[in-house]
Amino acid sequence: MGLSNVSVLCYHINNESGEAMRIKNHPILTFQPKEIINFVYNGQAVHGLEGDTIASALHALGIKVLSKSIKTKRPRGFFCAIGNCSSCQMTVNGVPNVKTCITKLEEGMIITSDEGLGVLK
Amino acid sequence: MIEQDLIIVGAGPAGLSAAKVALEAGLRVTIFERGVAVGGQLVKQTHKFFGSKEQYAKTRGIEIAKILYNNLLPYQDHLTIELEATVVAIYHDYVVTVLEKEKYRKYKAKAIIIATGASEKMLGFVNNDLPGVYGAGAVQTLMNLYGVIPGKEVIMVGSGNIGLIVSYQLIQAGVRVKALVEAAPNIGGYKVHASKLKRLGVPILVSTTIKEVMGNDSVEKAVVVSLDENWEMIPGTERVIFADTICIAVGLSPLHQLLSMLEIEMRYIPELGGLVPLVNDHLETSMKNVFVAGDVSGIEEASSAMVEGSLAGLYAAKELKMPHHDHERLERDLHAQLTNLRFGPCGLKTRNGIKKLKESGPC
Repeated sequence: MGLSNVSVLCYHINNESGEAMRIKNHPILTFQPKEIINFVYNGQAVHGLEGDTIASALHALGIKVLSKSIKTKRPRGFFCAIGNCSSCQMTVNGVPNVKTCITKLEEGMIITSDEGLGVLK
Repeated sequence: MIEQDLIIVGAGPAGLSAAKVALEAGLRVTIFERGVAVGGQLVKQTHKFFGSKEQYAKTRGIEIAKILYNNLLPYQDHLTIELEATVVAIYHDYVVTVLEKEKYRKYKAKAIIIATGASEKMLGFVNNDLPGVYGAGAVQTLMNLYGVIPGKEVIMVGSGNIGLIVSYQLIQAGVRVKALVEAAPNIGGYKVHASKLKRLGVPILVSTTIKEVMGNDSVEKAVVVSLDENWEMIPGTERVIFADTICIAVGLSPLHQLLSMLEIEMRYIPELGGLVPLVNDHLETSMKNVFVAGDVSGIEEASSAMVEGSLAGLYAAKELKMPHHDHERLERDLHAQLTNLRFGPCGLKTRNGIKKLKESGPC
């Protein structure tokens, strides 16, 4: 509760990790060094940066295909990045259908591509 | 169940502005925001705003977000902001259900301001579901909030102000804009933005649309095609443009779902972007003490969203018998600001939309 966890802006930097998609120089935005956040994507150890959402961290790694469509198994990426279109859903720590574009990346998260509709536990 | 004077859905320019006025009036306020930060779409707007000083003209959107948030800091005792908190339902008894960290929580309010904003419209073309086809706002979020580029080469679809501004921002981030296509015969946005792109060598193709994108798992190239005066594709004019990203900037629709759930009276007004609620002069909907502000009540600029937010906060306070100490002056000033923002040729569409809405029937 209260305002302690509110951040107005969360900017990023290129952290020399070879992530080609991170912006290195920008005429307006300044990028402060950010802590590395380790997570697991489809069984692979990877990392993003503090302030990332799951989707932005994956995109920075060049991963655009987040899941496959339910019936025809066509590739799915994000579209709106504001939590509206549901195109970015993935399984996060075993929970299916999580909107990864509005879910903050946390240390140790296990992220996998959704398979089908997901199962109620 | 947690009880509150005022619940605001959405921490964008409208929601934050509403909170400030309501807090000044002494209300206890909770804001729910489904995103990870406050500021709504302001947090990715690196360009300077137009308008007048009341709406922070000449200030960049990202700075305005900070100002609006800082304005709330003196009232922390009366304010709660919940992030990553999605309002999934509102009921007729003013109970609000919120999904926070996989838990459903119920809140109850005396008044509710719905400031959910808008979502991007999609465009029909072959393979438009391929990863790499993104809304212009999504691209802006990715670049300006998270510092990640959407791809190496982009085709922008739509030459309204969003298409023009985001194209420029893509170039600032080091991305190559291969072409900007516009279905209409003329550029839709301000000339000043289009000229910037032209000077940088971006081809602006009018009377042109995107017919198809191709790629294995994500976009690799696109086919664009010329349109005749009846907006029909002209056979034989197809051209292939290589790009890994298609950015769709063809307009926005109000996020009306919570209003529809409350069976609030709505009208379809194309000039305002789609389904919008009927409102009285106090921005109150057909349900008592439920107010709207910002793009959810009709697509406009962030400047008008801020003014509408302040007005909604002002009227919510009055309805709850805790009027703002400066109610009359603020009411007069804010209405004058709105009129001013909607003045002139650029405000014509909005003025027509509002006129249509008012004439569509009683609230």
